[in-house]
Amino acid sequence: MKLKTLSLALLALLTAGLASAKSIELLNVSYDPTRELYVDFNKAFAAHWKAKTGDTVTIKQSHGGSGKQARSVIDGLPADVVTLGLAGDVEALYDVAKLIPRDWQKRLPNNSSPYTSTIVLLVRKGNPKGIKDWDDLVKPGVDVITPNPKTSGGARWNYLAAWEYGRRKYGNDQKAKEFVRKLYKNVPVLDSGARGSTTTFVQRGIGDVFISWENEAFYAIKELGADKFEIVVPSLSILAEPPVTVVDKVAKKKGTEAVAKAYLEYLYSDEGQDIAGRNFYRPTAPAAVAKYAKQFPAVELFPFDKAFGNWTNVQKIHFADGGTFDQIYLGR
Amino acid sequence: MSLLRKEHSVLPGFGLSLGFTLAYLGLIVLVPLSAAFLKTAGMSWDEFVAAVASPRVMAAYRLSFFASLAAATVNACFGLIVAWVLVRYTFPGKRIVDALVDLPFALPTAVAGIALTAIYAKNGWLGQWLEPHGVKVAFTEIGVFVALTFVGLPFVVRTLQPVLEELEPEIEEASASLGANRWQTISRVLLPELFPALLTGFALSFARALGEYGSVVFISGNMPMRTEIVPLLIITKLEQYDYRGATAIAVVMLTASFALLLLINLLQKWSRRHHRV
Amino acid sequence: MAAAVTSSLPAVRPPSGAPLRATHDPRWVRWTLTGLALVFLAFFLVLPLAAVFGEALRKGAGAYFAAFKDADALASVKLTLIAALVSVPSNVVFGVAAAWCIAKYSFRGKSLLITLIDLPFAVSPVISGLIYVLVFGAQGWFGPWLIEHDYKIIFAVPGIVLATTFVTFPFVARELIPLMQAQGSEEEYAAITLGANGWQTFWRVTLPNIKWGLLYGVILCNARAMGEFGAVSVVSGHIRGETNTMPLHVEILYNEYNFVGAFAVASLLALLALVTLVLKSIVEWRHAQARAV
Repeated sequence: MKLKTLSLALLALLTAGLASAKSIELLNVSYDPTRELYVDFNKAFAAHWKAKTGDTVTIKQSHGGSGKQARSVIDGLPADVVTLGLAGDVEALYDVAKLIPRDWQKRLPNNSSPYTSTIVLLVRKGNPKGIKDWDDLVKPGVDVITPNPKTSGGARWNYLAAWEYGRRKYGNDQKAKEFVRKLYKNVPVLDSGARGSTTTFVQRGIGDVFISWENEAFYAIKELGADKFEIVVPSLSILAEPPVTVVDKVAKKKGTEAVAKAYLEYLYSDEGQDIAGRNFYRPTAPAAVAKYAKQFPAVELFPFDKAFGNWTNVQKIHFADGGTFDQIYLGR
Repeated sequence: MSLLRKEHSVLPGFGLSLGFTLAYLGLIVLVPLSAAFLKTAGMSWDEFVAAVASPRVMAAYRLSFFASLAAATVNACFGLIVAWVLVRYTFPGKRIVDALVDLPFALPTAVAGIALTAIYAKNGWLGQWLEPHGVKVAFTEIGVFVALTFVGLPFVVRTLQPVLEELEPEIEEASASLGANRWQTISRVLLPELFPALLTGFALSFARALGEYGSVVFISGNMPMRTEIVPLLIITKLEQYDYRGATAIAVVMLTASFALLLLINLLQKWSRRHHRV
Repeated sequence: MAAAVTSSLPAVRPPSGAPLRATHDPRWVRWTLTGLALVFLAFFLVLPLAAVFGEALRKGAGAYFAAFKDADALASVKLTLIAALVSVPSNVVFGVAAAWCIAKYSFRGKSLLITLIDLPFAVSPVISGLIYVLVFGAQGWFGPWLIEHDYKIIFAVPGIVLATTFVTFPFVARELIPLMQAQGSEEEYAAITLGANGWQTFWRVTLPNIKWGLLYGVILCNARAMGEFGAVSVVSGHIRGETNTMPLHVEILYNEYNFVGAFAVASLLALLALVTLVLKSIVEWRHAQARAV
């Protein structure tokens, strides 16, 4: 009897405590290059949420290759939100495990991409091989560093940007494939992730040009030395849209839907956009676009869906077993 | 009931120890492993063959097999020398050298991979001297071989050492007193005696090399058809949410490992019997 | 492997009168072989080890120690210790039980049993992680039930412990089986004949006989448990400060271009390995002493 009253009192105390100021934990499962972005953003959002509701929110981060991260969520990693490198990987959360609704990408503005990026070329200081555009990557004697598109999300954007350039310049898919084949002939190392490739290019001194996320190229220059590398902007590149979404099934179960939604929406706020710009992602809100206009070079960007349709098809045609990427290595 | 069984049944605890062994083995090893087999059981034969015998996978088998074979061979040759030196000779620092042999067991494979890449890359400690002479190690098949040699190194040394120590000096003396010179004693008397253990060490080192992942991915360069190892292909398939394809390759590797290990254990049995004569 | 413990004993001198030339190698052979062995080990063992420490200390001791002040680094050390603390003792209990039934009794299928015990040794770490995902993952056998009842196995500490246990599974058993086989059972029979029960026999007779081999097995098992990368990487989920072990933390630091930090944590692991190896050497030495008495 005594024990019961005691435990009841304890319970009452606990719920009272919970009602006044909750302490919430979110898990954001993201891809490799975003770790610095989300360290900044998580701080900002926690402060914002505290001011708005009085609740303390801690955001745990998990980073890795985009595909591997999506697979972990499918296998049960309890992510409240995912912020991955390409829509194809988020799509898998619906396709394989029905963790999110089919129309997930319509729930937030800009195809659920609060920030965008593109693919640029990083070369050694002084550009000794005179690299100016995609065309220069297929010349004999030029070593190109890019990760394996089968295991790296970023590398898929690289591949598709090169493909579209080849298609526009030479007229059709067959010739685009030939162009991409020549490009990969010049690749001496295929790391499994974007960061691995950066290390190969920067630390190991291998390769003349590194095809990279624009934000990664900026970050590498900032972290590893502005005196050693420079960015070459190609005449055409892809508009890379890394999407974000609430993982409904997980968030519902954990009761974190509201704060998870607010977390992602805050990415679109003035502060969120500013943090994205500071971390070298291209903001999407007009004010931030104007503010960071000088930081980002002007480049003709083509949207992914206009050129390639949807990820399911792209995956099947280009990156699945027997797809064009396999073909160029099998010599077919 | 054989005589042997009766004789041994004096000791209590057979049921308990065997029961516990089987239960623990089942829970930790067999049930999870059977998951891989059952996952592939859902595939049709054609699907299975397509997954495990595509040209890219075949190229990876070839690389994993030959690089592991080369690494195990080098480990067998030098392992024999190292074991011989450690058992028969004395030199300053021998104890430290002896302790170092186990290092590849203890160092995380990823760290080994990164360290080896740092050594053999174009601008690395050794790479800067080797590459101008046309010897490329990192990001080639040789790099894979170097990493596999590292991980398999302790096996040959550690299987040979006890056998070498137990070899009675009398055998060598008898051989010598019968008029054999040193070389004849070694090649006709010692080597046959060591051969089973050498083979066991070789096979263990080979089996370990076949499955190695962490150290290889850093140094291999992962080029399809050239420097891609089998475990990397499993990862690649998983990245495409192709769980069945991944487990199919895993099943092929598991079966190969199991066959190899069974062979090793039979070898050891044979070696023990051979040794007792 | 257990018999390797006598390696540090001096080579037995032939009795006087035996022809020295035929049982002992000439000096040039001895020097050449020793040289070859040392060069081989220098290239394949010492050089990688030196590279780890060299890279870690490249920016001085300050940068080196800064790597350990990070909260995530400390969390990874803690997790690694937890994984080792759970998996090593369970594998010890298993190893002793398995060695007892395999060495002391004869039964059918023994070779098969030994092979199955060895299996985790030769299984690719990638597969070791994958099989636990197949069993406990959300798409796997028990995943849906586990999620419904809020039990976390993979992407949490239990999964990491399980994967570590799998990878280090054979080490103790493999060490004890040949040792106990070689020792035979005569002493245990004597104890039983004198009226001791099973447990008494085990604690007072068997355990003192196998303690050095057991310790060697524990040391190797522990070293491997702390260093495992591949299998743990598959089941970890990489949640910072929560499910990253030291080897995974090395990878993270490396991917953040914090090369000094990465090699610093790696060097701590290498140091742990070295301490382990020195411990092992002491164990062997004491064992040899015990034997000599």
